[in-house]
Amino acid sequence: MLEPKSFAGGLHPPEMKLTADRAIQNLPLPDRVVLHVSQHIGAPAKPTHKITDKVNCGDVIAEAGGYVSAPVHATVTGSVIAVGNFMHPFGVPSPAIVIERDQTAQEPVYTSENGLELSVEEIKKRVQDSGMVGLGGATFPTHVKLAPPDTKPIDTVILNGVECEPALTSDHRLMLEEPDKIIAGLKLIMKVLNAKNGIIGIEMNKLDAIKVLEEKLKDVANISVQPLTVKYPQGGEKQLIYACLGRETPSGGLPMDVGVVVQNVASAAAIADAVNMRQPLLERVVTLSGNCAVNPGNYRVRIGTTVADFIQMTGGLKKDVPLKKVIMGGPMMGFALFDLNIPIIKGTSGLLCWDNEQAAQPRETACLRCGNCIRACPMGLMPQSMKQLIDNRKWEQVDKIGMLDCIECGCCAYACPSSLPLVQSFKLGKKNVMAERKKATASKG
Amino acid sequence: MNTTTTAASVSPRLLVTSSPHVFSGMTAARVMWDVNLSLVPALAMAVYNFGARAALVILASVLGAVFAEFIIQKILMKKPVCIDDGSAVVTGILLAFCVPAALPVWVAFIGGFIAIALGKQVYGGLGQNIFNPAHVARALLLGSWPVYMTTWLKPGAAMSSATAITDAVTCATPLGFIKIAGRDPEVIKKLSESGTSLVSHVFNELQIGFSDLFWGLNFSGSLGETSKAALLLGGIFLLIRGHITWHGPVAMCTTVFAGALIFGGSLEYAMFHLLTGGLIIGAVFMITDMVTSPMTGKGQLIFGFGCGALTLLIRMKGGYPEGVCYSILIMNSLVPLIDKFTVPRKFGTAVAKEAKA
Repeated sequence: MLEPKSFAGGLHPPEMKLTADRAIQNLPLPDRVVLHVSQHIGAPAKPTHKITDKVNCGDVIAEAGGYVSAPVHATVTGSVIAVGNFMHPFGVPSPAIVIERDQTAQEPVYTSENGLELSVEEIKKRVQDSGMVGLGGATFPTHVKLAPPDTKPIDTVILNGVECEPALTSDHRLMLEEPDKIIAGLKLIMKVLNAKNGIIGIEMNKLDAIKVLEEKLKDVANISVQPLTVKYPQGGEKQLIYACLGRETPSGGLPMDVGVVVQNVASAAAIADAVNMRQPLLERVVTLSGNCAVNPGNYRVRIGTTVADFIQMTGGLKKDVPLKKVIMGGPMMGFALFDLNIPIIKGTSGLLCWDNEQAAQPRETACLRCGNCIRACPMGLMPQSMKQLIDNRKWEQVDKIGMLDCIECGCCAYACPSSLPLVQSFKLGKKNVMAERKKATASKG
Repeated sequence: MNTTTTAASVSPRLLVTSSPHVFSGMTAARVMWDVNLSLVPALAMAVYNFGARAALVILASVLGAVFAEFIIQKILMKKPVCIDDGSAVVTGILLAFCVPAALPVWVAFIGGFIAIALGKQVYGGLGQNIFNPAHVARALLLGSWPVYMTTWLKPGAAMSSATAITDAVTCATPLGFIKIAGRDPEVIKKLSESGTSLVSHVFNELQIGFSDLFWGLNFSGSLGETSKAALLLGGIFLLIRGHITWHGPVAMCTTVFAGALIFGGSLEYAMFHLLTGGLIIGAVFMITDMVTSPMTGKGQLIFGFGCGALTLLIRMKGGYPEGVCYSILIMNSLVPLIDKFTVPRKFGTAVAKEAKA
C-alpha cells in the first residue's frame, strides 16, 4: 500500500458510518416516478412527452437542453400522468415528468460488449446519450468532462472513492461489491481522455476497499490505489487532486487546468454500464441512515422514486421515534428536505432520517474571533471576515476576499463555537457576488 | 400542481436548515468555562501564598465583573443576560491575578466592574472589545490607586481585611527590586567590585533562587502571576483542549528571553526576565484571548513578538518595573492591522508563481 496523503485545513467530524457492512440491496420498482428535468448542473432538459404517452423504461423523456446538459430517461415502463412543476430537493418548484408504472411490463434487457474496442467518439456518444452526470453529488454532465479542449491535455484520471461525508457508505459498498465495473469505467475514461495514469483515491477508513481494488489492479501498471488520510473534506475535488498529485487547481479554474479529470467511483461504474451495455442512467445506490430508519442500509433504487416511497420500501420509519429532520446527501453538505414527496435525483447519495437528538441545532452567539474557521478552511479563506462583509452587504469586497473559492464544505460552521450560520451566509454571498459580476459585465458591454 | 404519492402522503413537520447539519459541540460558554478551569492551579497557588486574603480579592473582582455584565445587559441594553457563559468570570479572575493581594477589596470590586463596563460592554459586549478587559481595568486601577496597586504582600504573611498594611508584611517584587538596584550607582559599584551579578544580588537580598521563581514560592508579586508552574499547567490544558495555539505564547516568551540575553548579556539575566513578573500569565492567558488577538497563527507570532519586545523595552528602559500589561494593550490596538496583513494564502493561488519559476 502507498503512503497515505492529505491536504491542509479540514477537520474530523464523527464518521457515523453505521451501514458500511450492509451489502447493497435492490429495491422493488416504485409504482410511480417523478423525474425532474434539472438533475444536473447546466441547462434543464426539455420534456419530449405529453400526458397519457406510453413510455418504455430507458426511453428519453426529456432531451438535453444544450451542451452542458443531460437527457433524462424513463426509469420505469408505464404512462406519463403529469408534466408540470414539482418540488425539487433544492427547495424550489421545478418542471418534472411523472410516470405511473405499468405493473405487467417486462424489464429491458441489456447485452454486454467490450467498450474498450469502440472508438473514442462512440464511447463519448454513449456516455452523453446515457444521461450520465457526476454521481458524487455535484451532478456535472459527464460528457463535458470527457471533452476538454485540446489546449488542456489530461495526463491523470482520478477516481474519487473517498466518501468523506459522515454517514454515507454507498461508494464504499460499490467498491467492495463491484470493483471490476469501477475499473472498467476508469479504463474507458482514460481511453477517451488519452490519459497515461489512473488513480483511485480512498480514505484509510476503508482499508477493505483499498485491499480489494489493489488486488484487482496488481497487474495493471498505470492505475494505482492512493490511500488518503481520514480527514474532511478529503473528497473535495481540489483537495483530492492536491493530495494525490500535489497539484493546486488554480482559483476559479477547473481540474483540467492541472491536467486532471476527477470522477466519482459510482460514476465510473455507471459509465461502464452506459458504454458496455448501452444502459442509460436508471438507478443508483443510496445510503439510508439515521435514528428514525427501521432498516438503515445501502439500497439500489430507481431515480425518480420519491423519498416517501423509498423509505417505505426499505421498511419505513420507527413509530416510536419522531422524525425531525430529513437530509438528502451527507450531514456536512446535504440538503434538509421539508417534504417527503420529493424524488431521489441522479445526485442523491444518501438519505438521513434524524430524530430530535440528531437534529439538535446549537444557538447562535457572538463571534469570539477564535480563528477556528480559518484553521478549518481547506481553501485558505477567512470565513469570519467573509460573513462580516456579507452581513454588511459589501459585495465587491466579498468577491475580492474569495467568495467564489468557497466550496461550501461546512468545515467553518462545524468548527464555530458561536454556531454562526456561515455556510448559509456564503450561499447568499455567492449569489450576490455572481449577480454583481453579471451587472458589471452588462454595464461594460 | 402538486404531487400526491402513495405512501406517507402527509409529511411530518420537518426542520429545515442550511448545511452543515452536524457541529463540533464546542460553544463559547464551554470555551470560557474551560479557561476558568485552567486558572484553578494558579488560583490555588495564590491562596497558598497569600492566604484567604487572595481568595477575597479574587471573589470581589469576579463579583464586580459579573455584576457589571448583569446590570448592563439587563437594565441598560435590555438584552438577554449571558453571565452563565463564564466570560465575565474569566475577566474577573484574570484581573485579580494581576493585582497585589493587599489590594482593598472594594478596589478589586471596582476593578472587576470597570473591566466589564469599560473594557467590554462599551464596545458592544462579548467578541467586540479591542483591548483585553482585565488589562484595561488594571491600567485604570494603577492610575487611580497607585499606592494600593504597588504594595506587595509578603507570601505567608497573614493579613486579615482589617489589618493595616505595614512594612512588616510587605516587600518588593523581584522586578521592582532589580529596577531600583540597577539604578543605584552605589550598588552597581559594589557589585562590580565584588564580581557579583545584578541577578545574584537580587536573589541574595530576597533570599530566593530560580526554582522559587518557577514554582512561585517565597517572593511577592501580583497574586496569580507568581507560580509559573501553575500557569503553565493551565496553558497546557488549554493547548490540549484546542482553545489556544502555541504561536503567541512562544513568540512572546522567546522574544523576551532572547532580547534579555542579547541586551542583558547573560543567560542568568534572560532566565530572570522569563520567570519574573507577569510574562507567563500574559503570554499564556492574556495574549491568547481570542477576542483581542490576531486570528491566524502568523498574526499571533507577530503579536507575540510585539508584546515581548515592548515588555522588555519597558522593563529595561521604562519607568515601570513591569511592562506586560501596557505592552499587551498597545499591541491590542494593532490587531486589526496585523489581521489585515496576515491573510492566509488562498488555495489555488500558488500556481501562477510556480509557472513563472
